[in-house]
Amino acid sequence: MRKITLALILASITFSAGAETLEERFVTCQGCHGEKGQSGTENTPSLGGQQAPYALIQLFMFREKLRDFEPMNEMAKALTDDDLRNFSDYIAKIPKPAPPTDAGEPARMQRGQALVKQYLCNTCHNGDFSGKENVPRIANQREDYLAKTLGEYKDNSRHGYDGSMADVMGAVPKEQIADLAYYIARVR
Amino acid sequence: MKSYSSASRSLLLAGAFFGALTLSAVAQQPAAPAAGAAPAAAPAPLPPGSPLIGRPADNEAAAKLAPVAPPPLAGAPDKLPIAKLKLPPGFNIEVYAAGMANARSLALGDKGTVFVGSRLVDKVYGIENKDGKRSVKVIASGLYRPNGVAFKNGTLYIAELSKVSKIDKVEDNLDSPPKPTMIYDKLPKDEAHGWKFIAIGPDNKLYVPVGQPGNVVLHDEDHGQIRRMNLDGTGAEIYVRGVRNTVGFDWNPENKQMYFTDNGRDWLSETVPEDELNRVTKQGEHFGAPYCLQGNIIDQELGWGKDCKDYTAPVGLMGPHVAALGMRFYTGSMFPKSYKNAIIVARHGSWNKTNKQGGDVVVVKLNKDGTVKSMEPLITGFLQDNKYVGRPVDVMQLKDGSMLVSDDWNGAVYRITYGKQKVAGK
Repeated sequence: MRKITLALILASITFSAGAETLEERFVTCQGCHGEKGQSGTENTPSLGGQQAPYALIQLFMFREKLRDFEPMNEMAKALTDDDLRNFSDYIAKIPKPAPPTDAGEPARMQRGQALVKQYLCNTCHNGDFSGKENVPRIANQREDYLAKTLGEYKDNSRHGYDGSMADVMGAVPKEQIADLAYYIARVR
Repeated sequence: MKSYSSASRSLLLAGAFFGALTLSAVAQQPAAPAAGAAPAAAPAPLPPGSPLIGRPADNEAAAKLAPVAPPPLAGAPDKLPIAKLKLPPGFNIEVYAAGMANARSLALGDKGTVFVGSRLVDKVYGIENKDGKRSVKVIASGLYRPNGVAFKNGTLYIAELSKVSKIDKVEDNLDSPPKPTMIYDKLPKDEAHGWKFIAIGPDNKLYVPVGQPGNVVLHDEDHGQIRRMNLDGTGAEIYVRGVRNTVGFDWNPENKQMYFTDNGRDWLSETVPEDELNRVTKQGEHFGAPYCLQGNIIDQELGWGKDCKDYTAPVGLMGPHVAALGMRFYTGSMFPKSYKNAIIVARHGSWNKTNKQGGDVVVVKLNKDGTVKSMEPLITGFLQDNKYVGRPVDVMQLKDGSMLVSDDWNGAVYRITYGKQKVAGK
């Protein structure tokens, strides 16, 4: 199944490798990452409004296989330095993801908010979690993706560009990741 | 808007009610406070080891500071900030080689190859010098944070996050070097201060630091030290302790004493502690971290019951948060006489400071007794309007007495010369 998906993606890259505009090439990305910057795919991040320097770092890491995820490693393999820059700038300009319509279970929201305050996430990610420069926007990111990513930083199975998030998550108990992700996904 | 807020209030009430009913279930989760409790007054304290310990919770200026990461793509040779760099009269700077993403530590081969480590990518580069031409090769890839490089008798030593390996006769095989062979891996795997600078001492031993595993943290016997070992990885022993994170060291050519830079902790204040320049006079010395900072400040959390008198004080203070990294004694004769046996230090530049400091290369001149006489700028201009256009990491002297400087922001190496400008072969 995964092979078929990959083959389809690769086929679409080959077809789109002509003189298309960036918007046309980005249609391939929307297959998994959703339209209008908002992902509807399990464990797959919304890209809208992402900080361009962060997006550039991730695309670079996928291309250089410094971050392991086969479909993205394949997608980024043939991208030039300029492609990486252009896609990053493009991603930064598409609309940021909207918060889910449900406001969230108050008790969990309260717990998540207390944890976010305790761990001073705002230091790097900003008070509204919009991120800055190499620090990603995490506000209203998909909950499953947030939880997965925090878990991977905690056990260092996802190698960050630098070790900052491994360092931060080292002190955070695994049991608190679910509430952190729940809150950040719904923060308004 | 109105209907939305009333909906949210009813949800809140429902939640509180629901929470009360399930209180016993919630109470079984150890970390979860009782649902529906009164709004938390002060946030819970940070757990031990958190890199944010010391950061004031509700301070706008502090909340703006975050570690600065370099762009991943190396700068194009014609876009390097060379015109912005300033040196004292008589000194010149040129681009030596470019296109090496995240270029960090430097080592010199017998045949003139310059080896360049990296931290945020997986490569060690070699700048080959052949018939007056320079070209960049990838010597090894697929490595994990290969920051450290050292060279001796034909062999290149590479330090990754948690292992040291080597490539014999590397300069005979620059186009297709064999994979590195591991010689030592009894090292912790922490990301924090896990990347390594390495060098070979006058005693022909390989010196390998193990940083403290966090900003300000109590740790076990395996951290916070510099080790030394034979060149085949055997006979490892602890050389000195109380080292937070050293990313540069060298030996005084006059008396063979080791000097090393050490980076001070974050979040204590804008102005202290300063990074240290330390001198080792005997094996076993303790340089204070994490209890005593910059030789005269007892840490506000970990220093209780400790006295700075019990630790070796630094011979020089390098500035707060400046990240003093690579350093080498200047033994050449190209630079003015006053530079002879002075230490050239790359200050990578601060992040934990509102007005950035560092982002330059300085020369530290010593008194006869090995203490610090002065610190003067050698290269400035990497910091423009409180933003980096480059960040120096390591320095290394070439045989002709010129000096190389690596820049991990642009993935480049520059060369400093003194006197009538000689245009080196391209």
